[in-house]
Amino acid sequence: MNNLISIFILMAIVNNIVLAKFLGLCPFFGVSKKLSNALSMGLAVTLVMLIASISTTVIYNYLLVPFQVEFMRIVLYILVIASLVQMVELAIKRTNVALYNSLGIYLPLITTNCAVLGVALINSTENYTILQSTVSALGGGVGFSLVLIIMSGIREKLELSEAPESMEGLPIAFITAAMLALAFLGFRGMI
Amino acid sequence: MENKIDNCENCDNCVGKQNFGKEFWKEFVKGIILCNPVFVLALGLCPTLAVTGTIDNALGMGAGVIFVLLGSNIIISLMRNIIPDLVRIPVFIVVIATFVTILSLLFEAYIPLLYESLGIYLSLVVVNCIILGRAEVFASKNGMFLSIADALGIGLGFTIALIMISLFREILGTGALSIFGFQLFNIPGLSSNPLGFFVSPPGAFLVIGVLLAVFRWIGVLDNE
Repeated sequence: MNNLISIFILMAIVNNIVLAKFLGLCPFFGVSKKLSNALSMGLAVTLVMLIASISTTVIYNYLLVPFQVEFMRIVLYILVIASLVQMVELAIKRTNVALYNSLGIYLPLITTNCAVLGVALINSTENYTILQSTVSALGGGVGFSLVLIIMSGIREKLELSEAPESMEGLPIAFITAAMLALAFLGFRGMI
Repeated sequence: MENKIDNCENCDNCVGKQNFGKEFWKEFVKGIILCNPVFVLALGLCPTLAVTGTIDNALGMGAGVIFVLLGSNIIISLMRNIIPDLVRIPVFIVVIATFVTILSLLFEAYIPLLYESLGIYLSLVVVNCIILGRAEVFASKNGMFLSIADALGIGLGFTIALIMISLFREILGTGALSIFGFQLFNIPGLSSNPLGFFVSPPGAFLVIGVLLAVFRWIGVLDNE
């Protein structure tokens, strides 16, 4: 149990996938302009990350390792994630139209989100069991959503403030992210 | 940002012209400055920030991306008339993933030290938006030779951006500069008290933010 809690905290806060591991930066800078979009994106990524991590761990532990074809994992994982995103999209469309409308275009974009593949690769590099991978994916998703929501809150205020002309837009967003990452660096001592 | 990406697509009337060497050169140069993937298009940010702590990693990642981009652009431009439009994205992804697998096996066999320090980021080249982006907007619409020029240009532009960021981070963060174990120079006061902040993750965000702002200020890039 202690082990699981430490994996969760490690993935969500200490080694935050966005600010310490630099995964999923494209949606981080692309979608973090409005708070409502950030919430939807965080939810979608967490959902896909969870399902993808469980299925890739099953494939890795019970298919790739026994047959000694671990090098095939990149091709297999990316196919699994791409088809999962399609399936999740269909399932949400059938069951919950309101959720589907609010997630909108963000679902297909997740296929090329490196955070999902990154967490799957971390799980198999660390040789996590299925339970451990589930917790690690949950931590990754929570960490991603947390940072995305904080960042979008800051950027909504940033839009109204005056930055030097050449700093507007992306450069100031990067510098804000640097400050945020510095704050998260303080959690290093936790584990 | 939208029209910038449009500019980086090849215009249709360029295809099929006689002046081949000139076209090749144009597509090559375009990728380095006008359509620099990192500074202009803001693509492929994850590896850009993650591997620029040392210049060795930046060079390794740059070489890896050029290899994969070249391979995928060649294969996709050759197969562009066979691939059905509906399933083109999955086909592109499988082609790219195959080249990334080859790349990571090569790195593991011949340069294991670099393979270790790049870690999962080498495998993550497969989701690098630059490569899928070039397959979609360029290689699937143009012939093989122009696609080779495009791959080399964009790949070199990406590598130059990585080298620039890693130069700042390594020099300020360690006070010295060394390439593959061979030390080039050492700044006396700085190397005994290095600014470790620049090697840490927040330093990466700060360096790329300031670099982007400086490029806009001196007019290399347009303001938003």
